[in-house]
Amino acid sequence: MFKPVALVGQIVLYGAFAAFIGYFATSPKYRQIADDVALIKLSISHLGDRECRKRTPEELAKLPPNMRAPLDCPRERSDIKLEVDLDGQLLFSTVMHPTGLYKDGVSTVYRRFEVPAGKHHLAVRMNDKIVNPGFNFSKADEVELKPAQVLVIDFNPDRGGLFFK
Amino acid sequence: MNFPAAVQQQAKRLFMRLEEACDPFFGGADNPLRHLGAYGLFLLWLVVGSGLYLYIVLDTGIEAVYRSIGELSTPPWQIGGVFRSLHRYAADGLMLVMLLHLLREAAYGRFQGFRHYSWLTGVQLIWLAFIAGIGGYWLVWDQLAQVSAIASTELLDWLPMFSGASARNFLTPDSLSDRFFTVLIFIHIGVPLLLILGLWAHVQRIAHVDYLPSWRGMLATLAALLLLSLVQPALSQPPADLAIVPGAIDFDWLILFIHPLSDRIGSPALVWLLLFAATALLFLLPLLPAPVGVPVAVVDPANCTGCDRCLADCPYAAISMTAHPARPGFHLAVVDADLCAACGLCAGSCPSSTPFRRQEPLCTGIDMPQLSVDALRVQLESELLRLRQATSGSRVVVFSCQHAADAQTLTADDTAVIPLLCIGQLPPAFVEYALRSGADGVLLGACRDGGCEFRLGERWLAERLTGERPPSLRSRVPATRWRTVSAGVHDQSRLISALADFRRRLATLDPPGDRLPPYSRKVVHHV
Repeated sequence: MFKPVALVGQIVLYGAFAAFIGYFATSPKYRQIADDVALIKLSISHLGDRECRKRTPEELAKLPPNMRAPLDCPRERSDIKLEVDLDGQLLFSTVMHPTGLYKDGVSTVYRRFEVPAGKHHLAVRMNDKIVNPGFNFSKADEVELKPAQVLVIDFNPDRGGLFFK
Repeated sequence: MNFPAAVQQQAKRLFMRLEEACDPFFGGADNPLRHLGAYGLFLLWLVVGSGLYLYIVLDTGIEAVYRSIGELSTPPWQIGGVFRSLHRYAADGLMLVMLLHLLREAAYGRFQGFRHYSWLTGVQLIWLAFIAGIGGYWLVWDQLAQVSAIASTELLDWLPMFSGASARNFLTPDSLSDRFFTVLIFIHIGVPLLLILGLWAHVQRIAHVDYLPSWRGMLATLAALLLLSLVQPALSQPPADLAIVPGAIDFDWLILFIHPLSDRIGSPALVWLLLFAATALLFLLPLLPAPVGVPVAVVDPANCTGCDRCLADCPYAAISMTAHPARPGFHLAVVDADLCAACGLCAGSCPSSTPFRRQEPLCTGIDMPQLSVDALRVQLESELLRLRQATSGSRVVVFSCQHAADAQTLTADDTAVIPLLCIGQLPPAFVEYALRSGADGVLLGACRDGGCEFRLGERWLAERLTGERPPSLRSRVPATRWRTVSAGVHDQSRLISALADFRRRLATLDPPGDRLPPYSRKVVHHV
């Protein structure tokens, strides 16, 4: 039997269902960072150096002729030490460990830093053979960051090591 | 009562009140709150159907994917734009309905005992639904996709299997390749396929599954979403640009809520802990102290004819048939105790459950130890004897489901109340037996339409009474002498009012011209 009240009730409830979906499918708006902030992304994925040892002449003599490699390089990769300075202050420091059961995989780091837009002095130092002191890669530069800009700190040995993009 | 049980009871009361509030508008059979699983499945089919159309026109490529989807919505009221909007809003609706379904089943305590399988298989589907939903947003490759992709991969990178490298795919504009979207679309199709497979497993231990809502429900849902698609079409936001962080963007909180949550929490480890803990909690719910187990249905091989009716009527697929060990060529019902809900619907379906049989005690093919058909007949006969003492008024027998409105308060000199495990437990011959043994009328108290504790009790009863389902009430039984009333636990007044109304109607039948001939059972004692 046709019931006008039931029909109106159904229209209201199905309408409420659609309105709920319609509202929360777009609202409220979401903002990840504030208006006057830029983002520095540090993302490096790099194989640490291997800590090779030079074989002595006696050791080489004991090896079959076809296996007399002058260096004995273990499978494991070195930890990688990394430091980031922003405007002369240490922003981030870490030691990245190689992945894999045999510690022979890449070392990876990924961090986001929200910084005020404007001019900054950015410096990055990296040592991928941690038995050696100091840092064998470094990059420092003045950067002008616009609001909402993303600046990436990456590493690529084919591009000369550390670079900003 | 411990704290979790108290919370559950309150939640159950809330859901029942909501369902009852919707009944006047939808009726029990169409009440969406009582058919959330079916509505969820319907929304999934809408997502799949509209998604197939989108797949045809989607061009995979960093710029092409944005352009091809954007062209669909220009103008948004054309078929492509409507399909796109329908795809998005049906997915949002699915998330909402899925959440309500989860909460309702938890509130009703439907995660333990014979229901634990459906619960455990359902929990996994939540993950699949969200993976599919989040991945779908990436395919548009606008600023919302950019935010979601970066936030998701930053979260995934915390897991050891990703080794912290997946977010590097979204570092700079040139770090993304066209192939990414080809892979993504296969994932976006593959995960819903897994979801459908999981849904198939989810309902394996349920018989007579409501795979879809009623036609009215489907049309109304589709109309509501189509209207929403026209009023507020789903549109792309500005194209993704990995060199910047998008500003304020329109955000789908129903599917992508995890990203703001991650931003707020800050630590991916804590987010994963939260997600895994919530999942583990849902998986562990079946281990909560369960109510004391009730005896399950028992088959009597001597009285089981292998007719399959209990197999057809069991709501939880707990009955199977095997070869009868003593009667060649006959089958025998077998009850799986782990699946049996102890609802008694099988006893109500058994043709041997008729009280007119002379056998005493009355043994039927399949029965409930806690309330056997014989005990029902004994109680009915005892109550009918008592009713004969009534000096005035119509003598009414009330058969009532113990999960429906409490009928015991109706007991009076001229009213006998016989509680049942479920109204579907009542073999319809009991109605005729009561009327031929001295009752003037029989009132059958069921749960609200669509609100049966065991899913199908009131439906089977209605079909048996109207002759649509065996065993049926004989047509010679006058319909004026029996009445069903749908009254949930909060509908005490409705039950009282129905009885009073029924009495008035019976009074108008006097002097009775439609009385059935009296029946006096001759007793045969079997050893």
